[in-house]
Amino acid sequence: MSDRMLTMAEAVREAMTIAMEERPEVFLMGEDVGIYGGAFGVSAGMFEKFGAERIIDTPISELGYIGAAVGAALAGMRPIAEIQFSDFTAQAMDQIANQAAKIHFMLGGALHVPMVIRAPQGSGTGAAAQHSQIVENWFTNVPGLKVVVPSNPADAKGLLLSSIDDPNPVVFLEHKLLYKTPGWEPVPEGASRIPLGVSRVVHTGKDLTIVATGIMVKKSLEVAEILSAEGIGVTVIDPRTLSPLDMTTTFDSVESTGRLMVVQEGPSHGGFINEVIAQVAGSRAFGSLKAPIKKVAGLNIPIPYAPQLEKAAVPQVEDIHAAAIEIVRSWR
Amino acid sequence: MVSKELLIGHPLSSREHAKHALLYMWKIRKFEEAVEDLFGRGMMHGTMHLSVGQEASPTGVCMTLELTDQITSTHRGHGHCIAKGADLTRMIAELLGKEIGYCGGRGGSMHIADVETGNLGANGIVAGGIPIATGAALASKLMKKGTVVVSFFGDGALNEGAFHEAANMAAIWKLPVIFVCENNKYGMSNSTEKAFALENLADRGLGYGIPGVTVDGNDVVAVYEAAERAVKMARDGGGPTLLECVTYRWKGHSRSDKNLYRTKEEIDEWKSKEPIAKFMSLILEKNLLTQEEMDSVQQQATDEIVSAVNESVKAKSAEPAGLEAAVFRAVL
Repeated sequence: MSDRMLTMAEAVREAMTIAMEERPEVFLMGEDVGIYGGAFGVSAGMFEKFGAERIIDTPISELGYIGAAVGAALAGMRPIAEIQFSDFTAQAMDQIANQAAKIHFMLGGALHVPMVIRAPQGSGTGAAAQHSQIVENWFTNVPGLKVVVPSNPADAKGLLLSSIDDPNPVVFLEHKLLYKTPGWEPVPEGASRIPLGVSRVVHTGKDLTIVATGIMVKKSLEVAEILSAEGIGVTVIDPRTLSPLDMTTTFDSVESTGRLMVVQEGPSHGGFINEVIAQVAGSRAFGSLKAPIKKVAGLNIPIPYAPQLEKAAVPQVEDIHAAAIEIVRSWR
Repeated sequence: MVSKELLIGHPLSSREHAKHALLYMWKIRKFEEAVEDLFGRGMMHGTMHLSVGQEASPTGVCMTLELTDQITSTHRGHGHCIAKGADLTRMIAELLGKEIGYCGGRGGSMHIADVETGNLGANGIVAGGIPIATGAALASKLMKKGTVVVSFFGDGALNEGAFHEAANMAAIWKLPVIFVCENNKYGMSNSTEKAFALENLADRGLGYGIPGVTVDGNDVVAVYEAAERAVKMARDGGGPTLLECVTYRWKGHSRSDKNLYRTKEEIDEWKSKEPIAKFMSLILEKNLLTQEEMDSVQQQATDEIVSAVNESVKAKSAEPAGLEAAVFRAVL
């Protein structure tokens, strides 16, 4: 067992490097991914290792190069396209939502689009409203896209390797606050994959099930540990892939704990996590609920700039903690 | 399924080449007439975008292309499909929502792709195929395939951001792609005079360091000669060309069009410059084929379309079962 504690940036880089060593058709393209190493340093050193033909610096043309990635994928390559901030996927949305997502279905299945779009999302860097959004729900509503949101470096590595292997377009959303801090567990050496569409139980407890996405998994885990010392047992479930979505683990857990809380950083209205609530409400687990389902989510506002305002816009550990105590203590 | 008659070379270089060019222009014409007829008789639903009057540009361009060369096409794409060698029965069957249609009834008129003839797909989004063609050309270059990619699009696409981003990338990376702008004078109802402050739309290439060439798009010989130079340059590593084929759309934009934005006189004037008659007079001038031989070419085109329609009408309708399973390509 390895004891390497990597950051998300290191884990993602390692997965891309392994994939490029395994398959000549894999290449990375994006803004400043070359000698600069990417805006968040994710591809640092890869240009030196693989050269300009496989680590391709693009002009500032998100629509153009995401489209080029679609075309390259159709023509036999397996591109990884990095978008510097996930907010900028809006520039490329035609190629993502109308082209990449639909080609296999709409064109009768003869063509497919094996590509990965990697992009950092989330707040906490003081970059304000156009560089801080959670965009996962933009993509979960588009049939034909797989959506992966890793919460820690070990999962990021295994999920990215599977995403690159996948014959379909995958939107892979990394949280920028996780790039530079180590995860809670070692990252295995080698090329082991984590299949898409399988959720993970990251903490086990008997009183409450929390389903969270991305960085909220990490925060929920902190809460679970605090509550454990306070005598409350919390199960934390990380779906890891939002499309396709594995709900079986959640149904099982809710049947056992009788309480469900969902946590996402993105704005509450129309967010991905509402799908989890809807599916539980319509499932065999509904009858086991002892309490109303609790949602902890971002405010319905653009992310503000000043640190105290930014912090107030998205769930913090204290918010999750307070909500968890409330649902467990009020509904026995 | 690939048409046996596909032939590369100058339309006036031999009797076979002249027959080929004439046959394909007639096939496109007769196909579009058949589509209009099927619509009129209520056998086809949805909408249609006919390319009657524009037969020379797909025919001339595709006579420069190897089977392994690729194209992207548009909402007005039946001609491109046919000229690249698609199977007429599978095309008509798609329009009729049949199981044997190119897309199994899932795409219809605007989404026909044909992997065997290098057709990466028609596109319902104006300019949507341009970045895709550029990416396929990037793949050709990276994989050293020696193939070229032609992106067909209309005048309207030149004002979409996707064209600009893709043209720039194709230029800076010297990609083997040819941008073929079929300027049929109108983007729906908006004339090129209203939408451009340019006389020759090909001048748009200058801004990207791309040669821009304007030809009579109703002259299959002029189209062929210009495309042949562009294809040679692209194949030799010289990068892209913007080829503007000036032509005219006889029919309305789609079935909702009442032709309120143009005059009958204008339409009649363009009908007098129609591409098939123009080519037939060249053939007679060069003594390549007799009138009787040309008549029998026209009859052959009619027969092929009639047989495609008859076969398609009898084919099994596409069924809703399996639609959800068709969204993603299976992970092997």
